[in-house]
Amino acid sequence: MSETFDLDAALDAYRGRGREALLPVLWNVQSELGSISPESVRRISHALRVPEADIYGVIGFYTLFHEEATGRRIIRVCADPTCALAGADEVLRDLCSRLGIAEGETTADAEYTVEHSPCLGLCDFAPAALVSSRGEVDKSLPAATVDALLGDWNETYFKPAGDVDSVMLDGSLADAPQTLAQYGDYAALRKALDEMSPDEVIAEVEASGLIGRGGAAFPTGLKWKFTRAAPGAEKYVVCNADESEPGTFKDRVLMEHRPHLLLEGITLAAYAVGTSQAYIFIRGEYPKATAILHEAIQQAQARGLLGEDIMGSGFSLDIEIRRGAGAYICGEETALFEAIEGKRGFPRIKPPYPTTYGLFGQPTAANNVETLCAAPLIINRGADWFRGIGSAGSAGPKLVSVSGHVGRPGVYEIAPGMTLRHFLDQVCGGVSGELQAVLMGGAAGTFLLPDEIDVKLTFEDLRAAGSTFGSGAIMVFNTTADLGDLLLRLGRFFQHESCGKCFPCQLGTQRQVEILERLDAPHSGDRERLLDVGMTMTEASLCGLGHTAGIAVMSAIEKFPGLFQA
Amino acid sequence: MNDETIQLQINGDEVNVPRGATLLDAAQQAGVDIPVICYHEATSPNGLCRICVVDVDGGRVLQPACVAECQADTQVETRNERVLRSRRTILEMLNASVNLQQAPEIQRMMADYQADESRFPEARLREAELIDDNPFYVRDYEQCVLCWRCVQVCAEDAQFTFALTLKNRGHETSVATAFDISMTESPCVFCGQCVGVCPTGALKPKVEWGMEQGWDADEMRRSTRRPRKRRDGA
Repeated sequence: MSETFDLDAALDAYRGRGREALLPVLWNVQSELGSISPESVRRISHALRVPEADIYGVIGFYTLFHEEATGRRIIRVCADPTCALAGADEVLRDLCSRLGIAEGETTADAEYTVEHSPCLGLCDFAPAALVSSRGEVDKSLPAATVDALLGDWNETYFKPAGDVDSVMLDGSLADAPQTLAQYGDYAALRKALDEMSPDEVIAEVEASGLIGRGGAAFPTGLKWKFTRAAPGAEKYVVCNADESEPGTFKDRVLMEHRPHLLLEGITLAAYAVGTSQAYIFIRGEYPKATAILHEAIQQAQARGLLGEDIMGSGFSLDIEIRRGAGAYICGEETALFEAIEGKRGFPRIKPPYPTTYGLFGQPTAANNVETLCAAPLIINRGADWFRGIGSAGSAGPKLVSVSGHVGRPGVYEIAPGMTLRHFLDQVCGGVSGELQAVLMGGAAGTFLLPDEIDVKLTFEDLRAAGSTFGSGAIMVFNTTADLGDLLLRLGRFFQHESCGKCFPCQLGTQRQVEILERLDAPHSGDRERLLDVGMTMTEASLCGLGHTAGIAVMSAIEKFPGLFQA
Repeated sequence: MNDETIQLQINGDEVNVPRGATLLDAAQQAGVDIPVICYHEATSPNGLCRICVVDVDGGRVLQPACVAECQADTQVETRNERVLRSRRTILEMLNASVNLQQAPEIQRMMADYQADESRFPEARLREAELIDDNPFYVRDYEQCVLCWRCVQVCAEDAQFTFALTLKNRGHETSVATAFDISMTESPCVFCGQCVGVCPTGALKPKVEWGMEQGWDADEMRRSTRRPRKRRDGA
């Protein structure tokens, strides 16, 4: 226990606030005390006026919150496909053996708790780990080893990304985030505030053909237009930085490299839809990006680029960072709103859509990090410039995250239209070994075989090929990879991340794992069972998680029939 | 605006409904049966059991009839192959996780949709010990389908008591009090509304349960005076 932490004093900072302060308060307690006890819940309940049962329900929903006591250091090692290829299982096993505990347990001296974790978004530094030390800021550890996990380190990992032609990425950044001085004083925002009405900003973004980069590919200008037009006492811009799709880490790199590009994009969106309040909801597994954004907001406020009366225009904006607490589902926009509102991250029934009924029931533009980062470029350089890059249905530069068996895993900025083959051979260092399969779009994605990689990397070409661009994740597997093991990991991921609200996904992700666990010794009819489960999740689930939780398995049934003997 | 009437087709038959009506409303008006598990007139619809899904214009995904509004000039199919597959599979998956012996309505659905009771071998049943911690009702979460109705009536849908919540997530979700305290330690006011809306045998009046155990009146009274705790792991 932290001897110095005074919960009541900490709660004073939240007095007068209600349920929406719940996740920040719980984070405060979790970080200082290592768990959230009944006594803490009782006091939080009084301070925020939230029922104790509800707080308990929230703690149990988010995996980074603990109701049971934990060790002074909580170590989480990624168990998802890319890290598994890089030896994460061995690191986890050796760590447990060194500490004399099983995974999920705490050492007798209460020093260490060891867990496995879903994808930490550090696939370019596999195997990855996330470590929470009592009373300290959480830290990611790239290229995790047992000795490093038990030792001390500064969270200074950085991998240059981008080249001379890049506009989203900046190849000149060698080892640190871009400062405000390097980025410059928000020229696109200056242009918008001086010369453009909000409707003109929206028209320019609409004309650019920008579509959402989070996976759903919805036209961004249209979303802003709907939000601006919707009646509401308040409106909000929410930046979805809950990047959690396995194999996806482009938003992390954008935030860690170019925080001001994102902040300027959020500010443009807020000006366009007409709000003075924006949120960045960032996954709890991204402590470094969170710290960088906090610092960038302070820099921008100090320069008058954020806050009251920005650049003397009369337009004001407050950007608040909200930290997620371990729930893939919160990347679904309505579940994300629920999390900000201090609830379990359950997705809502749609319609109504966020543009009319979003955060706190108000019209809300929820945009992905990469999407918002494109806005300053469009305003600075014009819609025609943006449209000039890529294809008709996939305008503008696009980031992809490539991991697995390639020469140079990482984030790359591409002009949509190049083939996957060209990308693999010429851009990311080639496939290591003999290609077996490419998983496009992450855990919710589909497989491409070696003879299918001449497909162009555009939203429309991939869709036509029965695949998906999704979040831009490209996971590459050579012939040494065990695809059955890969499928089992994807199955376990969805089983772990299903929120449990709707029956098809709550039950289907469990049934799917049970069948995947016996791929080597199947029951007669297992293939048909997987198809029934997969189709039922796809067609009958409540949200996008359930709709896609069986896609990779059904894709594997089609592409690798030999894996499914019965 | 709600005076406006729209027309749609359900299984080929024309139906006229007020704008804003749900597909379930329209089906009831047309005399078409659509099964429901989580839906209850007394609770806010959450559209979560998905047993009421129907096919609207062959759309990419099926629509939950209890919450989806009718759209003019659409063709709704309530029992085509897609719908039947989803309903049957949901029932088979549910039956593999939950003890449905005391859920006659769901049992009838199983028969109607030809759901195979042993479709999923080696499936993980959500086992739970019966909780007998108060004089008024017992809780057997092995029979809980997670329809949320009890949590809803305990909260804003009726009682504003907030004794119940959902803990954990995914398949491991369960209804619980804060930190699994007993009902007598919780804010529960024993209004009984949760028992009234439970669609299975998960929540049961103590008297009914006592009679099932073969207790006589004396045993029933004794039990009521001395609540027993039989909490898993507590």
